[in-house]
Amino acid sequence: MRFDVAGRSVLAATGAVPIDRPEVAGAPIVVLVHGAGMDRTVWSQQTRWLAHHGTRAVAVDLPGHGGSDGPVLGSIFELATWISEVSDALGGAIHVVGHSMGAFIGLEAAAEFPNKISSLVLMGLGAAMPVHPDLQTAADVDDPLAADLMAGWMHGPDQKFGTHPTPGMSMTGTARAIIETSPSGVLAEDLKLCAEYDGAIAAAAALTCQATLVLGRLDRMTPRKSAQPLVEALGHANVVELATSGHAPMSEEPEAVRAALADHLFATAD
Amino acid sequence: MVEPDHHHFDTRALHAGQRPDPVTGSRAVPIYQTTSYVFDSVDHAAGLFNLEVSGHLYSRISNPTVAVLEERLASLEGGVGAVCTSSGQAALHLAMVTILNAGDHVVASRNIYGGTHNMLSLTMPRFGVTTTFVDPRDPKAFAAAIQEDTRLVFAETLGNPGIEVLDIAAIAEVAHAAGLPLVVDSTFATPYLIRPIDHGADIVIHSVTKFLGGHGVAIGGVVVDGGRFDWAANGKFPTLSEPYDGYHGITFTEEFGTAALSMRARAEGLRDFGGCMSPTNAFYLLQGVETLPVRMARHVENTLRVVEMLDAHEAVTWISHPSHPSHPDHALATRLYPKGAGAILSFGIEGGREAGRRFIEAVELASHLANVGDAKTLVIHPGSTTHQQMSREDLAAAGISEELVRLSVGLEDPDDICADLSRALRVSQRA
Repeated sequence: MRFDVAGRSVLAATGAVPIDRPEVAGAPIVVLVHGAGMDRTVWSQQTRWLAHHGTRAVAVDLPGHGGSDGPVLGSIFELATWISEVSDALGGAIHVVGHSMGAFIGLEAAAEFPNKISSLVLMGLGAAMPVHPDLQTAADVDDPLAADLMAGWMHGPDQKFGTHPTPGMSMTGTARAIIETSPSGVLAEDLKLCAEYDGAIAAAAALTCQATLVLGRLDRMTPRKSAQPLVEALGHANVVELATSGHAPMSEEPEAVRAALADHLFATAD
Repeated sequence: MVEPDHHHFDTRALHAGQRPDPVTGSRAVPIYQTTSYVFDSVDHAAGLFNLEVSGHLYSRISNPTVAVLEERLASLEGGVGAVCTSSGQAALHLAMVTILNAGDHVVASRNIYGGTHNMLSLTMPRFGVTTTFVDPRDPKAFAAAIQEDTRLVFAETLGNPGIEVLDIAAIAEVAHAAGLPLVVDSTFATPYLIRPIDHGADIVIHSVTKFLGGHGVAIGGVVVDGGRFDWAANGKFPTLSEPYDGYHGITFTEEFGTAALSMRARAEGLRDFGGCMSPTNAFYLLQGVETLPVRMARHVENTLRVVEMLDAHEAVTWISHPSHPSHPDHALATRLYPKGAGAILSFGIEGGREAGRRFIEAVELASHLANVGDAKTLVIHPGSTTHQQMSREDLAAAGISEELVRLSVGLEDPDDICADLSRALRVSQRA
């Protein structure tokens, strides 16, 4: 579906279930937020399932990503503000499910706009997200190497060979295509935002809503141990560790992520 | 600069898409010879049927053995995914019906497999899809043939049987400038020799029967989805960019993005047309793919020896293989195919059609049959077999003269292949 936020068109996947359908009126609104250089389709293993299991699922393309109007926004705080405006556009408080950069955005939004964010499910994040200088260098000049590096690093070792949960699909091939087809410069800007953001611990400490962290034990981009300061700052967070996931558990262990979402959402639904 | 963390081509040919079976430890890919799969629950079943969750539900749609082959071929070609089919022609059909509607138009190379030419020129028009055929060496001809209702551009990376070398990037540029995808049949090349997606192609199809399978024991095809084409950019591809009642209003581009084509091809194309690959065939074909790099290197090596022998033979009037300096695409092939431009060649014999007939009947090691890409050397006369339904004019336009003999060079000792061909050539000259 398309909807406007601050006068700019946003593309979102809703599992092909219109969120204004009478049958889903009042159901929790779940906004899924992708990571650096990605788009809404990283949630394809969750969006349609959520839409048919008692929620209004809205997997958004961030500004300037996928099919959403640009420009890209210049900081995690600006993106968090944009998420609060998504909440306004959708007509109520939202549960945010965020991956990597999307997790930072959700965290910052929940800290800054607590009345607009009902809860958080965050995956593929650490207290900080330093970016390998070679990745940043390649992204800065739109070198396809950046997509290659990301596609290789973001999955656990099992995914070097497969197998993809969807028959016939290639996980690294899909990740590479999403990054390669993102508009010029978008990945480079996203990576800079991730590297520059230093507010995760403060945001976590300020959080008042329920949070679940879904962490891959084989995550090489944001290693499990890098999330520990966040876990401690959150205090009350539910932590789900996935044994075979790397940085992209929503693709690598989709069933476990769906289960974590169900546990979280149906315990915290408004 | 750090290197990407992924395995090389030869390693992926052996491993991509498979991990040892977690229950039995089976190292080889098991043959899941089953039609169907037990659901965990009613909710699980409903989720599978409604594309909410992934998995296998019925082997016409997907099968674990076939899925290994699909993921392996997607990896080797650099695509986002692949859908295997019952044959190469079923793959072309699947790609076409996933993209096209009645009233649509195709621009295709005229130098293509005869069966494909038949499909485009004779069969598809019955369903309202027409084709304009053009010279594959002329990007301007592709551009000139594109109409308002054109929806895809099609060509073979190495043409059958003349081995015309497609300038993939040039034709992709023409197609993309018109908002159209480039679909290529890369059967003769295999991803070992060229990966068309890297050069700008959007969809790659194969007859897996040929070099990928490599042993002449199973028929199969594949559609590899490059995932880079924007199906939603211009409204020309409603099957992918507009709501589909088949799954309660799903829009494939919106929900699956880069995977839109492969998802629709499976969810609709295999569901409705049923041109699926059998798990046993997938197993046979996987055995071939595992040794693809080793075999293709030897195929090419033997081909160079055969070209050298034919070039020196007095009964051979002409030879067509891109490795030969006389081939019009020699320079292009040298640039695009550093590992060699395949193992299929054609040549003409002094004495025309009759001499060609005598040659084919005289070969002993080479087999006279309708196939290419076998481990064994194969020979055929296209004018009377694979391309016989084409009109005289179409044959001439495709460069298929009546004396043309097509050779698929196998893996036998090259001395033996050359000796067999040389002897048969001598026989062909006896009136």
